[in-house]
Formats: sequence, structure tokens, C-alpha cells
Amino acid sequence: MNAPAAGLDGRWVGAAVPRKEDRRMLLGRGRFTGDLTRPGMLHAAFVRSPHAHALVGTIDDSAARQAPGLAGLFTAASLGHPYLLAMLERDEFVPTRMPILAGDRVRFVGEPVAMVVADDAYQAEDAAELVEVDWDPLPAAASMEAASAAGVDGPRLHDHGNCLVDLLMFDDDRLPQIFAAAKTCVSATFRSARVAALPLEGRACLAEWDDRDDQLVVHVSTQVPHQVRSGIAQALDLPERAIRVIAPDVGGGFGLKCVVGREEVAVAAAALRLRRPVRWAEDRQENLTAAFHGHEQRYLVKAAFDEQGRILGLDAEIDCDTGAYSVFPFTCAVEPLMAATELPGVYKVPAYRARGRAIATNKAPAAPYRGVSRPQIVLVMERLMEKAAAALRLDPLQVRRVNLIGEDEFPYTGVNKITYDEGSYRESLDLAEEHVRKRAWPQERDRLRRQGRRAGIGYACFSERTAYGTPTMSLRRMRMTPGYDTALVRMDPTGEVIVTTGTCGHGQGHETTFAQIVADRLGVHPDQVKLKQGDTDLASYGWGTWGSRSVVVGGGAAGRAADIVAGQLRQVAGSLLEASPADIELAGGTARVRGDDAAAIPIPELARVVHFQAHRLAEDLRYALEARATFDPPGTFANACHAAMVVIDPGTCAIRLHRYLVVEDCGVVINPVVVDGQVRGGVTQGVAAALLERVCFDAEGQPSSATLLDYLAPTAAEMCPVDVVHLQTPSRYSETGAKGMGEGGTIGAPATVLNAINDALSDTDLRFDHIPVLPHELAAVL
Amino acid sequence: MKDVHEIRLTVNGRPHELAVEARRTLADMLRHDLGYTGTHLGCEHGICGACTVLMDGVPVRACLVFGVQADGAEVRTVEGLADGEQLSDLQQAFSDHHALQCGFCTPGFLMLAEAYLAENTGVPVEEDEARELVAANLCRCTGYQGIVEAVLATARARQKP
Repeated sequence: MNAPAAGLDGRWVGAAVPRKEDRRMLLGRGRFTGDLTRPGMLHAAFVRSPHAHALVGTIDDSAARQAPGLAGLFTAASLGHPYLLAMLERDEFVPTRMPILAGDRVRFVGEPVAMVVADDAYQAEDAAELVEVDWDPLPAAASMEAASAAGVDGPRLHDHGNCLVDLLMFDDDRLPQIFAAAKTCVSATFRSARVAALPLEGRACLAEWDDRDDQLVVHVSTQVPHQVRSGIAQALDLPERAIRVIAPDVGGGFGLKCVVGREEVAVAAAALRLRRPVRWAEDRQENLTAAFHGHEQRYLVKAAFDEQGRILGLDAEIDCDTGAYSVFPFTCAVEPLMAATELPGVYKVPAYRARGRAIATNKAPAAPYRGVSRPQIVLVMERLMEKAAAALRLDPLQVRRVNLIGEDEFPYTGVNKITYDEGSYRESLDLAEEHVRKRAWPQERDRLRRQGRRAGIGYACFSERTAYGTPTMSLRRMRMTPGYDTALVRMDPTGEVIVTTGTCGHGQGHETTFAQIVADRLGVHPDQVKLKQGDTDLASYGWGTWGSRSVVVGGGAAGRAADIVAGQLRQVAGSLLEASPADIELAGGTARVRGDDAAAIPIPELARVVHFQAHRLAEDLRYALEARATFDPPGTFANACHAAMVVIDPGTCAIRLHRYLVVEDCGVVINPVVVDGQVRGGVTQGVAAALLERVCFDAEGQPSSATLLDYLAPTAAEMCPVDVVHLQTPSRYSETGAKGMGEGGTIGAPATVLNAINDALSDTDLRFDHIPVLPHELAAVL
Repeated sequence: MKDVHEIRLTVNGRPHELAVEARRTLADMLRHDLGYTGTHLGCEHGICGACTVLMDGVPVRACLVFGVQADGAEVRTVEGLADGEQLSDLQQAFSDHHALQCGFCTPGFLMLAEAYLAENTGVPVEEDEARELVAANLCRCTGYQGIVEAVLATARARQKP
């Protein structure tokens, strides 16, 4: 392998450093939860509800208890009815207890009512099939419409009814007058289907009791080790110290694994009861039906525009299908709060009203899947821009330009009380349009049209707030308010650096990017910096990896801690070189006095002296080459403009993605390879949401997309190359100047593709305002 | 009663003899009986291809093959690609082209491409062919562009005399 080189200015931040993670994965030596074994290990399987809504009668486990290899069988009653409770401290919030195993009632197909533990996984599944449950089916609310229409006699999931949150976030009594006086008003309904995050590795855990540490050790495929620890502690009434959560290699998460799964708690409870290791790995059917979903939303929107296309007022009724329960720790408010708060996005909206609701249905709970409401709010705003342009006979890009927050207006505080830090909203649109023109997309589209094929180009402008710290998250009023993270940076006696973080990478390359950040601060090579993550016994309490937070918050904390260690190194070097610490520079593995090449000490020598010859140093310089630091920013907005061209097959009505371009600005790029990879992967998920993916249920709440033959994830054949162009507007709210960028691809792509589809249909009166747009829908109308 | 069969096979050139239940999949046998955990299970119904291994040189989905069916076979898994600690050209190309993120699907793509490249040595491979090949398996992280590029780059490098 070629040794990576630092960037032109000698800094590692910004250089395309090859990923440290790759080697073990390529050799087949990744260590995922399902790969772990322990002597005497048992295997868990769950008995799940076949009904969307039912009362649970007698559970007859007599046959299962005779099954070969059976080691344990648990129900809600035998576990003492443990539950997870996610809380929002708002009057408008209705809490729902999510039982670890359902007791007297099940609320969706796949909800677990019993757990079987046996010597091997095959035996556990056999035994689970022998458990007989006396179900008493109830009417199910399989859609928001059914749940909302349910009166006193209709299907009610919880005692308080089916609306779990109803938030009037903003209001403006000028709105009726604005709508009455406006040149044009656009009203529309927008919808997005329920989708699955679908990490290739499903959820998995291995729990074992450690007598020596008096501790339950739980290996979990998770994005949030500390929140899993908190969840298990709260559900099983244990002190947090008595639980150690370890995330080994994690095979993707996308938000599915940033909440706590009841199965993880159940397996932990089984290991605690049996005092034997218990492992569980979900299969794909469980993952598609009984894990978590997201993004099922409906928007009723009205917007007023003046004759130049300036938006004057915006009113939105937002309903989010949250499934059966609030997820821990985010609650069911995560989608409606995000949507109602951030709908105006990159546009200057002078008057705004938004109501956001979470509606409970007899379906699996919704978790914060990649993007969290922002794919939908961007879709809404970008369709509004197009509709206003059409009504006013204006260029849709020009309508966007008159509404976009300008470069000279940052920091901009919007009608939604959000302050947007510096971005390149207009510049990214200009650049995207320029690239589309240079690449002759319009000519290609017109050529295809002349050949009788429908082709269309679409755009979307957006920003995404990333790295939400407690200053921002506290506005949501979650009982558990996330946002900060703490890093510990230590240098060992050989000059190698160990960084410990509470963030938990699972494909984002944090082992590489954190090393780049720390290497620059300490003047060492990234190969000498090792990141330790995913272990609650090693890291201070932290909030894991989601919300595009890790490099900004965790990396920022690591940078701050490394600065303190760099100060310690300068002090020691100054002492040994008889120079002022302020004159010491750390670079290339050496501490040297600025302007005096002869006065230099290798950094490993400083580390050796501190650890092994402390007596040579003044008392205040002894012993310490380590520091802990915390970062808790308000958040910072990354932004982008996407453009896409689609072509509709005249025979099959299949919509093919033909071209895709991203102009993105995530501030300082730590590693361009990693950033491009995140963008392309994100775009692929967003394109899939626009063209393919949909979790389906019948009217009784039976899922009909329980395999990967029915739930269509995109393959390489559905994608085209995605070109990525970078702008870099550093953030003042970020220790490194970097902004988060893990979700932008998924946020921008649905609107972009939907606008392209509508452009392809511009010779008709057809317009689509929902995703996904499926071939049979086109075939029915074309 | 367990329906157990005694079988022999080689995995990455190493001979193994074991007793395996008839219903046990090749994937579970490789992972849990023989310790080749580099082979991953993404769907267990033959769609995602994460468990792809080579059986007598042919890519198979190890979740759809029973262990007993590998009796007498030469099986190759991801652990058999490198020369000791030296990555193969294909593995190196995956890293060079950022063809992996979480790495869970990677072994399946590597084995799929390994079989394809062995079969097509000396034949020019075009982008659309590489994309069609890569479309056999699912990756949720990368968007496939890096995987397509890595396969193409390896194919082209192997054609050079």
C-alpha cells in the first residue's frame, strides 16, 4: 500500500488519505456482532405477532419447553413487564411505553411476545414455532387516514387515542390577509411512502454476564452505544455502570440503529437471568417488518407568491405516520418537529405557520432514518418553487434565486427562529446550472425528446443542519437531550496517539478522518493515531453517530483535546530545549524551535521522557500527555444543489436515472474521498426513495414487502455515475470548519428526481407530488 | 433426531472434515462451524449476495446452498483472496476506488468479481458490463460507483501484458 501523503500545505486535513478501515474489511477480518462467539453461547429467537392489532390471550409454551436444546423461554410476565419509555417534556406529547415483550396487546405484525433461547439458532427458531398464542384480533389502523378517522369505536392504539403529538410550532395572524392579497397562491398535497433504512447487516447483539466486572456486557450493532446502555439500564432497572455496551464493526445503520431495539434489551435480560452468553441476529424478514421504518409523511401546504415569484407566506399541515410506539430516546416527535421547524429551508419565508402531528398506526415504529423529514420538506419547497414558476410563467431557477438566502445575508435568522450560518446557497445553484449547461444536458434532453422519449431535468436546492448540539436539541425538550461529545487524547511512551470518542462510526471512515484532524494538531502522521470508539467503558458519555454529527462534534472534541496535548508537548519540548513553549512547532513527528533547525527533539522522545523520566521535568510538566475535551456546538448548515436527468421508457414506463450532479458545500473537507462516498451513497438512497422503495401493508396491516424481492433496494443497474463538485464555506460553529454531510445526498435526491420526472411530463398536464413514482402509475395515465 | 452427514471439503485450499446437519446452510457452516466469518449474511434468501463464495470456481449464494452440497467441493471465501498479508489487485482496487464503506457487503462483491475476472481474462471489459455484474449484489452505502470502477480498473490492469 502506498503511504498516504499530506496535502500540499503539509496538512492532513483535506488530503485523500486512504481509509484505515478498508484493510480488515477487504481481508474478511471485519468483526461484526454476528461473528462473535463465546463458550456456552445460546441463541435467541422471537415469537412475533401475526396480527396488526390483537389482544394476547394465553401463551402455551408446553410444547416449546420440550423442544431439543431449549435453555430458556421468556414472556412479558416472566421478565417483569420491562419497557422502554421515550419522553418529551411537552404538554402536547402522549408518552407510549414500548414493552420489551408485548404483554396483553400487540400493535403491529412482528411485535415480539415471547423470546426463546436455545443451544443453536436453528433450534431456537424451531422452539419459537412451537409456542402457541391465543390471539384475539382487533380492528387495525393501517394508515394515517384510518387512524385519524377512528372515533370512540374505531381502532385506537393507545388510551389517549392515535395522535401522539400535535404541535403548532409557528403561527402568524397576517397569513389569511397575505393569501388573500397575493398575486398567486399554490396549494398542494405532498406524500412520501414508508421506507426501510435497510443496512446490509441487520440488527444483532450478544449479551454476556461478566462476574469479574460485575457487569452485563452487551455487544450490539448500533450507532449509539451509550443510549443502548441507558435504555437497558432504564428498562431493567440497573445502574449504568453495571452495563458495558460495545459496538464492534457495524454493517451500516442509516438511523435504524440510532434507536434502542426491544430485542437488544430482551437478549440482555436473558443473559442476565441465565448467566450465559446469548446472541441474536435478526433475519431480513424481521428487519423489513419488525424493526423500524421512516419517512411516511403527508403535507397539506399553501404558499403565497408575488409577481416576481417571491414567497410571501407558507402554511403547512404535516402528518407523520409514526407506527405503534415512540422510539427510544428520540420519541415519535422526531419527524414532525424536524419538519415543522425546518420546512422553510434555504428560502426566505416572511410569514409561516406549521402544525406537525405524529399519528400512531398499527405498523412498526418509525425511527430517524437518514434525512429525517428533510427529504420531504425539500421535496415540498422544491415542488412549490416549480409550481409557482409555472403559475407565474417564470423560470423556476429564477424563482429559487429571488427566494434563496443570499451570501451577504449570513448569519440569517429565519421566521422559524433558526440562525443559518454561512453557506453558498445561490453560488451552488449557479454552479450546478453552469455544469448542466457545460455538459449539454438540455441538448441531450431535447434530442431524446425528438426521438420520442420523455426526458426531464430537475433541480433541488437545500441545506441540512448538521451536528445538533444541546443548544439546539434542548429546544425539542427531550428528557434525554443529545448533542455534546467528549474525546480523550493520550500519547503513549512510543509517541503513538490513542483517541477515544463517544461517536460510533459504521462505514463513515472515522478511524481515518479523526486521525487526520488529530495528526495535524500534534504534528504526527495519521498512521500513529488510533481511534477507539463504540465502547461505553472506554469513552465518556457520548451520543453516537447520527444527524451528520460525528466529525463536527466528535472530531471537534478530539481536535480540542489534541490541542491541549500539543500544548503539553510544547511545554516539555520548551523545557528540554530551553526555549519558550510558544516558539515550539510540532510538525513531521518533531518538536523544533521555530527558526532554529538544530534545536529539535523527535516527538516520541518527548513521550518517552514524560513517561519514563518524569524526574527530568518540572513538577507541573510531569506524567501527563493526555487531555479530555468536550464540544457542544449549536449546529452548522451544510448545503447543496442537486441536478438530475431522467428518461422514461415509452414501452414499460420505467423511469431511468440518466445523469446526476451534486454541487455540495460541507465547509472544510476533511477527506475528499470519504465526502464523495457519503454523497454518492446518500444520493442512491434518495433516488431509491423517489423511484423504487416502499414498505407496503394491506388494509388489515399485513406487510407485503417482507423480502428483498418485494422491497426493491437499488442495484448498480438503477444508478448512473454521480458527479460531485465541491464548494467550501467553513463554519464558524465548527472546531475544524467542517460541516456534517452524511445525509445531504438522501435529502436532496427525492426532490431532484421528482422535479426531473415532472419536467419529462411537461408536454402533459400530469404532475406528481409524491414519492415513489412507480411505472404502473405512469402507465395508467400516459 | 438430527439428520447429520459427514462431509469433506477444502476451503481456500485447506482440507476440512466435519459432521453437518442436512438443513444447515453452507453460509452457517462456513461461518460458525469452520470459522470463516468473512462471509456475511445480508438477507438469507438469495437476493443481496453478501454471502457469495466460490464453489469449484463458480459464485454461489452460500445462504441458498446446504453445507452437505459442498461435500467434495473446493470452496473459496474472501479469506482466500490475499497472498498472506498482501492484498490482491482486486482488493487493493476496492480500497483505491473507495468501493466500500461499512464493509459488510464487500466480501460478496469481491468473490463475485473474482469469478468474473477469472472467466474474462484478456477480454476487454466495458463500463456497462461491469455495472451489470455489480448489479447482482446489493450495497447500501456506496452507490456502487466505486465498486464498478474497482472492477473495471482490475480488469484493465490484468489485460496489460
